Amino acid sequence: MDQILSVKEKESSESASYRLLDLRSDIPSRIYWSAGGLFFIFIFILWLFLTSLKIVSPLFLPGPEAVWDEFLRQLHEGILLQDASASLYRIMLGWIISTIIAVPIGILMGNFKLFEGMLEPFIDLIRYMPAVAFVPLTILWAGVGNSQKILILFIGTFFQEVLMIMDNVKSVPRELIEVSSTFGLSRFEILRDVILRYAMPGIWDTFRITLGWAWTYLVVAELVAASSGLGYRIMKAQRFLQTESIILGILMIGLMGLITDMIFKFTYRKLFRWLDGKG
Amino acid sequence: MDSPALEISQLSIKFKSNNQKEITAVENVSLNINSNEFVSIIGPSGCGKSTLLRAAAGLERPQFGKIRVDGHIVTHPGADRGMVFQTYTLFPWLTTYENILFSLKKSPLSTPEKEALVNHYIQMIGLEGFENAYPNQLSGGMRQRVAIARALVYQPKILLMDEPFGALDAQTRMSMQELLLDVWDQQRLAVLFVTHDVEEAVILSDRIYVMSNRPGRIKTMIDVELPRPRGLIDLESSPAFLSYKRNLLDLIRQESNFYQKIPLSEKIA
Repeated sequence: MDQILSVKEKESSESASYRLLDLRSDIPSRIYWSAGGLFFIFIFILWLFLTSLKIVSPLFLPGPEAVWDEFLRQLHEGILLQDASASLYRIMLGWIISTIIAVPIGILMGNFKLFEGMLEPFIDLIRYMPAVAFVPLTILWAGVGNSQKILILFIGTFFQEVLMIMDNVKSVPRELIEVSSTFGLSRFEILRDVILRYAMPGIWDTFRITLGWAWTYLVVAELVAASSGLGYRIMKAQRFLQTESIILGILMIGLMGLITDMIFKFTYRKLFRWLDGKG
Repeated sequence: MDSPALEISQLSIKFKSNNQKEITAVENVSLNINSNEFVSIIGPSGCGKSTLLRAAAGLERPQFGKIRVDGHIVTHPGADRGMVFQTYTLFPWLTTYENILFSLKKSPLSTPEKEALVNHYIQMIGLEGFENAYPNQLSGGMRQRVAIARALVYQPKILLMDEPFGALDAQTRMSMQELLLDVWDQQRLAVLFVTHDVEEAVILSDRIYVMSNRPGRIKTMIDVELPRPRGLIDLESSPAFLSYKRNLLDLIRQESNFYQKIPLSEKIA
C-alpha cells in the first residue's frame, strides 16, 4: 500500500498530472498532510497575533505563553497528571462498561427482529435525553463518588453505541449468511464465524467513535462533587476566571481524545489487514 | 431405481407485498432433475425462477408442494445442496484457499484430506497462484470461480446456481461458461441453473424449463440434444444451436411485455 502510494505520488509530482482543486480527485499525500499541519500553524499564529497585539483582552483569550505557563505550573504541582489520570480512569471505565453491555445487546438486536422491536423504541427515546439532565438523578442513585461520574459517561455512551453496533451487525449481506447456511452451519456458527467476523471492522470503528463521545461528556460528568479531573479543573477555573486554565483543560481533553482515537485507528489497520487485501 | 437428485412436485410460493397484497411467485411447479443432469430454468425477469431455486436450497418456504433432494424432503438449507449466487458471496477476510476450506467445516474428512480436496478444486478452476489472494484482489470472474469451487468441494448432490454470471461482463461470462462446462465434465452432478440468458441456457443445459410470466408456472420443457463435450466457438455457429436459441427466444418473447409482439422468426424473415 505504502509502495503504491509512493509510486502514485512520484508519478503525479513528476508529470504534475494532478490539479489541487479538481472535483473528488486525489492529491499527493505530502500535500494532504502538509495542509493539515499548516492549518494548525495558521490558527496558532492567529491566536498569537490577536493576543500579543492586545486586540482581545487576556480575560477572554489569554495568549499561548500564558497557557504554556499554566501547563508548566500544573505539571510541576502534579495537578495535571492527577487530573488527566482521574479523567482517563472514569472515561475508560464508563466506556468499557457501556461496551460490555452494548456489544451483546447490539448483536441480538441486529440479528433478531424480536429484540430490535422490543428495545429500539425504548433506546430511541432515551438517547435523545441529554446526559446533563441525568446529573441530579445519578447523584440520587449513585451518590457523589466516582460511580456517579461513570454512570453519566455510561448514559452518554451506551444508548448510541448499542444502536451503532446493531447497524454494524445488520451490514452483513444476507447472501453471505444464506451461503453459510448451505454449508450446513448452525445459526450459532454463522453468528460467530460469519456475521461477527464480517461486522468486526465496523464494530471496532464504533468503539473508536463512541470513546470519542465519552470524552465530550467528561465535563458534564465532572460537573458536580468532583475533586479532580480535567472537567473539574475547567469548572473550577470558571469560578475564578482563570481563562488560561480553562483553555489548557480544553486542549488536554482534545489531545487525549485524539490519542485514543489514533490508537483505535492504528489497531484497526493492524487487525483488519484483509480490508486492503493483505494477510 | 435411484430417486432423482431433485424432485419438485406441485410447488406454490406466495409472498405478501408491502401493501399486504398476496403475490404468487411460483404456482404449481413440478420438475425432476436426475443425477448427472444439467437443467436450466429461463423466463422473463420477475417470473419467480430465482424464488423456485431458493426454495430448492431451503431458503424460502413453499406454501404448497414438496421438494425432495435425493429422496429426502427439504426443510432447511443443508450441505447436500451447493449454491452459487449472482452477487459475490466470498468471505472477504479469507483467502481463496481459506474460502474453499471454510465450506468443509462440517465435513467428516481429516485435515490432510480436506487440504488435498481444496487444492484439487483450486486447480480445477484454474486459480493456482491465487491461493493466498483475498477476494478484493480477485476479478469478478475469479471470485465466481472460487464460489463454484466452494460449492462443489463438499460434494453436494446438486448444484443450485442463481444467475451466477449475471454480474459479469460479456467476455468474462463466456469464459466462465466454458469453465463451467469443463468443470462439469470432470465432476458430473445434477445442476439447476437459473438464467435469463437464452444462449447461456442452450450452451450449458441438457434440458431447459421455460417459465411463464407471474405467477410463475412451467410453460414448456425443451431437451437440448447437442453433443458433449461442447466448445463455445463451434457451438455458437452450429445450425442446431441457432434453432434452439430462436425457438426459446420466441417462447420468452411471448411472455415479456414487448412493445411489439411480433415473433422473432418473422422479423428475421
